[in-house]
Amino acid sequence: MAHAASAVESGAFELFLKQNLSKDLLRFTTAGSVDDGKSTLIGRLLHDSKAVYEDQLASIKKSRINRSTGPVDFSLLTDGLRAEREQGITIDVGYRYFATAKRKFIIADTPGHEQYTRNMATGASTADLAVILVDGTKGLLPQTLRHAYISSLLGIPSILAAINKMDLVDYSKERFLELEEEFFSLAEQLGIGNVQCIPVSALAGDNIIERSERTPWYSGPSLLEHLEAVPHAAAPRTKSFRFPVQYVVRPDANFRGFAGQVASGVVRLGDVVTALPSGRQSRIQSIVTYDGQLAEAFAPMSVTLQLEDEIDLSRGDMLVQQDSLPHVAKRCEATVVWMHAQPLSAGQNYLIKQTSRQVRGKITKIIHRVDIKSLEPEPAEQLQMNDIATVELETSRPLFFDAYRQNRTTGSFIIIDPLTNATLGAGMIQAPLPRSADRRSADPLPPVQSPESPVANIERYQRHGHYPAIYSTSQPALAKRLERQIFEEGFEAIVVDASQVSLLSARDSWAILYTAGFVVIYANPSLEPEERVELETVAGGRYFDLDTLNLSAEDADAARQVLLLAESLWTANERQEY
Amino acid sequence: MQVSQELFRGAAPGIGLSEVAVSTKHKLSHLKVLEAESIYILREAVAEFARPVMLYSIGKDSSVMLRLAQKAFYPGKIPFPLLHVDTSYKFPEMIEFRDQYTKEIGAELIVHQNHEALAAGANPFALGTQKCCGQLKTKSLLDALGEGGFDAAFGGARRDEEKSRAKERIYSFRDAQGQWDPKNQRPELWNIFNSRIDKGESIRIFPLSNWTELDVWLYIHTENIPIVPLYFAKEREVVVRGGSIVVITSPNQLLPGEKTQRMSCRMRSLGCMPCTGAIRSYACTVPEIIEEMISFRRSERENRAIDHDEEGSMEMKKREGYF
Repeated sequence: MAHAASAVESGAFELFLKQNLSKDLLRFTTAGSVDDGKSTLIGRLLHDSKAVYEDQLASIKKSRINRSTGPVDFSLLTDGLRAEREQGITIDVGYRYFATAKRKFIIADTPGHEQYTRNMATGASTADLAVILVDGTKGLLPQTLRHAYISSLLGIPSILAAINKMDLVDYSKERFLELEEEFFSLAEQLGIGNVQCIPVSALAGDNIIERSERTPWYSGPSLLEHLEAVPHAAAPRTKSFRFPVQYVVRPDANFRGFAGQVASGVVRLGDVVTALPSGRQSRIQSIVTYDGQLAEAFAPMSVTLQLEDEIDLSRGDMLVQQDSLPHVAKRCEATVVWMHAQPLSAGQNYLIKQTSRQVRGKITKIIHRVDIKSLEPEPAEQLQMNDIATVELETSRPLFFDAYRQNRTTGSFIIIDPLTNATLGAGMIQAPLPRSADRRSADPLPPVQSPESPVANIERYQRHGHYPAIYSTSQPALAKRLERQIFEEGFEAIVVDASQVSLLSARDSWAILYTAGFVVIYANPSLEPEERVELETVAGGRYFDLDTLNLSAEDADAARQVLLLAESLWTANERQEY
Repeated sequence: MQVSQELFRGAAPGIGLSEVAVSTKHKLSHLKVLEAESIYILREAVAEFARPVMLYSIGKDSSVMLRLAQKAFYPGKIPFPLLHVDTSYKFPEMIEFRDQYTKEIGAELIVHQNHEALAAGANPFALGTQKCCGQLKTKSLLDALGEGGFDAAFGGARRDEEKSRAKERIYSFRDAQGQWDPKNQRPELWNIFNSRIDKGESIRIFPLSNWTELDVWLYIHTENIPIVPLYFAKEREVVVRGGSIVVITSPNQLLPGEKTQRMSCRMRSLGCMPCTGAIRSYACTVPEIIEEMISFRRSERENRAIDHDEEGSMEMKKREGYF
């Protein structure tokens, strides 16, 4: 068997290798149409950075079609589909690759014409930077606005405006400065912070790789220099640890690990993490990889985490930093890009896929559509393909999310048609919504202990000797009976009676007592479904609805039946119980 | 330019500079980012599909994909079988490597041949490369997927290999006939994949989509991944046929009038013996291959007849169900 390692004697290769293994990766998207010279620009980058191999070039020269004015039509390098070459347009997002000594680049090349919004959004979703082509002879066009808007919408932190065709405006400094100013004011309107304008000629190669002598008045970087230097800022902005569980690795009875990719933040051995939706906490026992155990893992590493406690956790759940929880909600406000010929209608049933979680959901309301030409909001009953709108989303089970602006991974979702299986649209979550309009709270999680609390939940539980739980019942008499019985079994038990509380709301009362580690018996003869969901969200597997049992206040062993519902509330016994 | 320099120093909207700065310590190299992405893709698919399979072609890309699968499910074993579509025209070294290596890592291997076509004498000289590939690869593959009831199949294709591949999704939807419709692909945003299919339909999944040929070689080197010896230069019996160097392993591969010569050469990509040309080379180690590659100006699929039959031929084959 031939093995792969045998170092070349000279140090040259080692140096080359070292350089190549320390490169980072920058993904960028290019927006514009053939007319703007976009494909020519990409072809130029690929060609001049020596990524175009001679035989590929030879086959283009052989091709029947040449829609450029130059001797080689660089756009044929990127338009990979037959229909694209024949019609002279870019139909779909194409991906291209090149590398320099400093970085490896992935270009998501998106069409400027047909279905521009859908394809631009797709290319932009993973990009760290957007290159927007501006035709120097035409100036900023409506599509420039669209491109910049979609880039900012999809959370691209940096924009590079390539003011192209400078050769056709005599490399005019005045023309460049004029367009630069226009572009800056556009970027400011859209709240895009990191903008660089560069005067280029893709056709003649000015300021693409090297700074051009034909623009001596320009002191900024060339396009490639900027691409090599731009900060790699598309990493999640939140530092909070988020780990959507993808898969449970369980090769035998002795190993149970949670496989996933760190979406944001860092996790270290011994860190306390909270599992969602159960809300239970545990510590990181080991960070397992094929290449050995690690002391820490950070985004975007793919690892397998083992916890100290055997808590219930599976695909679709999330491990998060205990003192910085994501939103847990069934309703949120989101911006949606619609991508299918079948229009979006409010109230229709869809599947929502967000991180590793897939739930049923619907758009309950189209708040407004964005007029892509003026960027003004306008009312809409339906959304058509390529429409962008702010909507209210409601899901059957809670999602765990951060605002898209803070975290692209936990803040994004796709919408799937449960009947045809088609991907219909994509969404970016802005904020959670209160569970219904008349409630004041925007966050269904209770005012749990503040992040600065010097006492960890687990410490409280250890002092009590048991975990908290919430039992709800429609029978206040049963609740009273249980309070005494469960207390006598050794638990800190207390009744919250919805008809008795006055100082705090019932919801606040059970939430606070649960946080403090009590076994809460919540008596409410008219429990609303929404509050039940909240109870589930807060207490997860530690919430039990006693109305599902046939219990009455007269039952002598009601407490025992009730306590059996939980696998174990005792902290000391827990590990043996499983 | 002053304005733009100002802005350049500023951070993206809504964040302070300090937050950006924090992340600089925890940085991964591009190869590690690619590795993490591929592992994520493999895990997603295994979690969501009932019966996935990995197309194992014995080539360098397959070798990398296999290593990534080992990593994705460690310390568990690879939770799906490997499928090799054997045209019977593969190099003996490939078969030997396949059997030995899959056994060594404890993977389940399925080998599938289109016996009917082979019995009818299918070969590239009689049928032409297109028809031969259609029978021995595409049809054989579709049959194997159907027989195994596989609803997802991993392939080692990279987007940098060929123009139509540059447009293909990581999750590539195939209808009940295994066909690809390039004009009607599902949008694919972020790293959220739509794995919903109806009975009979399937998804081809390409975990190496964003890798380049250089990435693959760098990874083979740093990870010490075993590969078929044919990739390394050695004196071999060859004939020069139609401009390409064809390695001859038995005299019945010679066409009338052909005579072999000895040449130091190696394979840049592995396919069927009659249709995969070798290149002149003295590169005997992975670093030497990498060195050769970067000074090299011809793309790796050039020596594969199938891509060059007519303009857009790979797209045509993919539409019909080819990987």
